[in-house]
Amino acid sequence: MKASLSWLRQYVSIDMEIDRLSDALTMAGLEVDAVWDRYDDMDRVFVGRIEAVRPHPNADKLRLCDVAIKDRNVTVVCGAPNAEAGMLSALALPGTRLADGSVLEASTIRGAASEGMLCSEAELGLGKDRSGIMALDAGLSVGERLARALNLSDPVMEIELTPNRPDCLSIIGIAREVAAICGTRVRYPEIALPPTEGRIEDYTSVTIEAPDHCPRYAAALVCEVAVGPSPDWLQQRLLSVGLRPINNIVDITNFVMMETGQPLHAFDFDRLAQHRIVVRTAAPGEAFTTLDGKERSLTSDMLMICDGEKPVAVGGVMGGENSEIDPGTSRVLIESAYFHPASIRRTAKALGLGTDASHRFERGVDPEGTLTALKRAAALTAEIGGGQLIGGIVDVHPKPTPATTLSLSAEATNRLLGTDLTAEQITGLLASIDFPVAGKKDGALSVSVPSFRVDVHRPEDLMEEVARLWGYGCIPQTSPLIPAQKPPRTEGRDFRGRIRTLLTGFGFTETVNYSFAGSRSVDLLQLGPQDRRRRTVALLNPLTEDQAVMRTTLTSGLLETARRNLTRQMRDLKLFEIGKAFIDNGAGQLPEEIEILGGIQTGRRFPLAWHSEDAPCDFYDIKGAVEGLLEGLSVDGVGFTRLPDKACDYFRPGRSARILARGENIGIVGELRPAVMKNFDIDQTVFLFEIELKRLHGQMPDTVSAAPIPRFPAVSRDITLILDEDTEARRILERLEDMNEPLVESVALFDVFTGSPVAQGKKSLSFRITYRSHEKTLEDESVNHLHQKICKALLEEFNAVLPG
Amino acid sequence: MEPSIEQIREDALAELDAAADPETVNALSIRYLGRKGRVTLFLRNISSLPPEERPAAGKKANQVKKALEQAFADAVEAMAAAPSVEDRIDVSLPGRNPRPGHVHPITQITNRICEIFLRLGFDVAEGPEVEKDWYNFEALNFPKDHPARDMQDTFFVSEDIVLRTHTSPIQVRIMEKQPPPVRVVAPGKVFRCDSDLTHTPMFHQVEGLLVDDRITFGDLKGVLTTFVHEMFDEKTSLRFRPSFFPFTEPSAEVDILCVICRGEGCRVCSQTGWLEVLGAGMVHPAVFENVGYDTERISGFAFGMGVERIAMLKYGIDDIRRFFDNDIRFLGQF
Repeated sequence: MKASLSWLRQYVSIDMEIDRLSDALTMAGLEVDAVWDRYDDMDRVFVGRIEAVRPHPNADKLRLCDVAIKDRNVTVVCGAPNAEAGMLSALALPGTRLADGSVLEASTIRGAASEGMLCSEAELGLGKDRSGIMALDAGLSVGERLARALNLSDPVMEIELTPNRPDCLSIIGIAREVAAICGTRVRYPEIALPPTEGRIEDYTSVTIEAPDHCPRYAAALVCEVAVGPSPDWLQQRLLSVGLRPINNIVDITNFVMMETGQPLHAFDFDRLAQHRIVVRTAAPGEAFTTLDGKERSLTSDMLMICDGEKPVAVGGVMGGENSEIDPGTSRVLIESAYFHPASIRRTAKALGLGTDASHRFERGVDPEGTLTALKRAAALTAEIGGGQLIGGIVDVHPKPTPATTLSLSAEATNRLLGTDLTAEQITGLLASIDFPVAGKKDGALSVSVPSFRVDVHRPEDLMEEVARLWGYGCIPQTSPLIPAQKPPRTEGRDFRGRIRTLLTGFGFTETVNYSFAGSRSVDLLQLGPQDRRRRTVALLNPLTEDQAVMRTTLTSGLLETARRNLTRQMRDLKLFEIGKAFIDNGAGQLPEEIEILGGIQTGRRFPLAWHSEDAPCDFYDIKGAVEGLLEGLSVDGVGFTRLPDKACDYFRPGRSARILARGENIGIVGELRPAVMKNFDIDQTVFLFEIELKRLHGQMPDTVSAAPIPRFPAVSRDITLILDEDTEARRILERLEDMNEPLVESVALFDVFTGSPVAQGKKSLSFRITYRSHEKTLEDESVNHLHQKICKALLEEFNAVLPG
Repeated sequence: MEPSIEQIREDALAELDAAADPETVNALSIRYLGRKGRVTLFLRNISSLPPEERPAAGKKANQVKKALEQAFADAVEAMAAAPSVEDRIDVSLPGRNPRPGHVHPITQITNRICEIFLRLGFDVAEGPEVEKDWYNFEALNFPKDHPARDMQDTFFVSEDIVLRTHTSPIQVRIMEKQPPPVRVVAPGKVFRCDSDLTHTPMFHQVEGLLVDDRITFGDLKGVLTTFVHEMFDEKTSLRFRPSFFPFTEPSAEVDILCVICRGEGCRVCSQTGWLEVLGAGMVHPAVFENVGYDTERISGFAFGMGVERIAMLKYGIDDIRRFFDNDIRFLGQF
C-alpha cells in the first residue's frame, strides 16, 4: 500500500519529518518498506534556457532548439509552437520517466539528432496543459533540477501491511494510525450531495440471490455525465500512489477506493439489460470476458453481478467488457457492495486474477462503509462528470454484520503483557484509534469495536492494540519463573551427533539435499516394479519437474551432488547425509517418513600426496567406513552378506552387501551399478551405503558392561587355506565363531591371494588365530593340539587344502 | 690478582657452550682439568693461602672440578647421540593428515540454536515434514480461504495434506500430548514454493514454545533477548515491533541491529539498519482451545526463526542456494 504525504495531509495534521513518521508507523505495526519522493522520477529534468531556435532541415512543423543547462548546451528537436529563444523551460534528459510511463531516450527525429526533450506540464505529470512546453519563471536558475527549482516534493511511503489490517488499505485508515501517533484526530471528508432529481427506484432494482456471498449491495445512479479526463487534482492524487488516470468516472471509483478502502464499480447503465442488477452465482461453464479482454470460464461457486440477462462483472474481482464505461457513456450506475471475504478469495484464486478490489474484499472491507463510499463517489461523479444525481440509493442488505462489543479487564491485559497500565491509560490508547470505550461494567472496560476493524474479535486482540500503541519497547523485559523439570530428552540429537562426529572423523563431509526428487528419479535409479520406493508422494504444485515428488531414497540427491562436484573438477568425494525419505501410504494418509543415513565415496582413496599410493577407492574403503561407524557406536554382532541380485537395483550385483547387526538387516553397502552411473552422468565408480537410522538406533546398547583386562599372555597360530574362489570369507569366520572354542580369543584374516601358484578357480586365505586363557599361561603343546583340531575341521568342512 | 674459582668455572662453561664437536670439548677438558689446567693450578695454589681459608677454598675448588668433569662428559655424550645427516628426515614434508570431513553449516547453526535453548531448560522435539492441513494451518488459527495463508506459499500433496510451511505444527502436536508446562524447541526442514537469491523451496526453521501459568509478553522479550545475545553477541541491540501471525496475539517481529553496518544502513539490511531474525508472539487463545488447554489459567509464547537466515548473517553468505548446492569447496570452509 502506497501513501503519499500530500494525500495523508488531507485528513490529518502531520508535524513530524517523514523519516520519523515512517519509523513510528513501523514500530506501530505498519512496516514502512521504502520511502521515496514522487518527484524522484524527475531527477534528470532541469531548468534550461533556450539559446537559439533554428528551423528543422527536413520538417516544417519541427524546429531545433539549442538549450543551455549549467555548463553545456544540448540540441533538441521540438514541435511546440511556443518555443522561443530566451525563454526558460523544462528540459528532460534521456532516462527520464515521463507521465505516460515511457522512458525518454536520445533519438533522431526526421534526420536530426535530439539529445533530450523540452516538456509540457502534462508530459511531466505536473498539470494538464499540453498545448506547449512549460514557460518557467525567468528568475529560476538555469541548470538547476526542476523539482528543486519549483520546490516540488511529495514523499511516498510503501507500507507492507499484514493481512489482518485491511482497514489500512486506505489513506484514511493510515491517517487514523498517523493521528494516533501524532496525538491528533482524523478529519473525515465531508460529503455534500448535490440536488437530486427523480427516484432511483423508478430506474433500477437490485436482487441478491446469493446472500451468503453478498451480504450487501448498494447502487447509485448519475445521468448525463460527460466522460473525459479527470481534473488535475484528481489525477495528481492517483499519480501520487502510483495509479494511472484513465477517465473521470473510473478515476473517481479508484480515488474513493484508495481514500476509504471500499472498492467500487461503475457500469454503463444503458448497457445493462432491463436496467437492473441480479447478484447470483455463475452457471457452471458460463463464459465471461473481463475488462482485461480475457475470456474466463466460470464455476458454480463464483459470484457474478448480472443484469436482466447476463453477467456483467465478476463480483468483487473485475468488471466485464460488456458494461464498461466508454467515451459515449452518459448514465453511470455506481456499485458499492460488501462481499463475503472467503467467496471473493476463492473466486480470485480460481481465476488466477488478483485485483486491487479482490485484495481488499478478501481481507475484509468495512461492512458499514458501503454507503459512505457510495455517496462520496456519487457526489464526485455529479460534480466532476457534470451529471445529474438521481434521488436515493438502492441498498439491499439481507445479512447485516452484527456489531462487536468486548469486555476488557486491565488486570488481564497487564497479566498477559507484563505491564502495569491503568484502566484510564488503556481507554486513552484505544480511543486514539477510534475504539469507543464505555464506562466500566463490573470493573472491566466495555469496548466497542469499530466496524472497519474486522480483525478484532477477542479481548486478546484489544490487548495487542494496547501493546502496540503503548509501544513494545516500553514493555519491561523479564525472565519467566519456571519450575524445574526433568532434564531435556536429547537422545535423537546425541545419536545423530555421534554419527556426524565419527563420519567427519573418517573424512566424510555432510551434505543437505532437497527432500524433493524428480519424478523420473526412480527410473534413473532403475528401481524394480515391486520396489516400495516407487511409491512416491507427488506434489500437486511443484516448482520444477526435478522437484515433483518427495524422495524415497537419499541416493538420488547424493548422486546429483556428486555429479555437480565432479563437473566442477572436484573428483575425490566422501559425502554423507542424514535425512528423511517418504513412502506413500495411500490417499488421505500421511506418508511413512523414514530417517536414513546415506553416504557415497568416489575418486582417490587418499588425496594425492607424496606418502600415499595414487589409487582409486574401492568397496573395502566404504565398507571400512561403515564398520568403523558401527564400531564407534558400539554396535554388536555386525556382519555383511552378499546382496541378492534383485534386492536393490541400483547396486552392482556381486559387489554389494547387506549390513547386518545381530542378524537384523540395517542397511546396504556396495558399488553403484554402471548403468545407473550413466543415468546420473557420472563417469567414475561410485560406492555408497544406506542405513536406516531407526534400526541402527535399535542396535545401540544402552550401556556397556566392562570386561576384565586379560592377565595371561596370548599365543597366535596362522593357517592358510586354499579354497574355491567363490567361498565367502565370512563363512570361515562364522564357522570359527560357531565352534565356540573358549580359548580362541580372536581371528584376523590377514591375507587374500589368487593367481599363481594358487590354482585357477581357487584362492588362498590366511588367518591368524589368537589363543588365550583367563586362568593360566597356555603351553605350546595344548595350543598346537587345539589349532590342529580347528584346522582339520576347516579343511574338511570347506573342502580346502593347505598350500604347497 | 688471580681469578677466583667461580670465574674459572664460568669461563669454562661459556667455552663449553660454544663448543660444537667432541674434539673441542676434549681440548677444553685438558685446558681446565689437565695437569697444567686452570683448575688444577688453582688447587695447587691453595697451599699458599692462609691456613684458616684453605679448607673452604679446597672444598669449593673440588666441587667445581667435579661439576666441570661431569659437564664435559655430558657434552661429549650428547654430541655423540646427535643424528648424522643421513639420520635426519625432512620434517617439513606434509604429514599423513587423515583429512577430517565437515559438518554442514545448517546443522552447526541448528545445533547452536538448540543448545542455547537446552541450557535455558527447553526440550527438543521433532515432527513430520509432510503434514496435515489441520496441524500446519487450521489448528494454528489459519482458517481455510483466509488471506493469512498467502503469507506462506504452500506445496500441496492433496487438499488436506501439505509440506509443512513452518515447524509450528510441532507445537500443536506437543500440546495435544502433554499438559502444561511446555518448554520445547522444534528444529526441522520446511517448504515453500518460492525460489530466488533469498528463497529456496526447502529451508530450515527452529520453532519454540513456552507455556505455563502467567507467562507474559515481558518474558518473551527477556528470553529472546537472552537468545540473541548468546547467538550473536552481548552487545547486539534488538527491537520488538508489532506484526501479525494467526497463531499469536500480540505478535512481534524481532529485529537486530544490522551486524554488517551496525545500523548505518547497507545492502544487507535494505538501508534500514535492522535485520529481521525472529517472529514471535503470545500464543493465540484459539490455539490453546484447539488443544484443550484452559485459556483462563495458562498463557505462553511462541517464536520461530529461519536457520539459513542466521547462518547467512553469521558467515557472511549472500546466496541461500549455496547451502543446498553442496559444493565441497563451500562445505569445506565450516
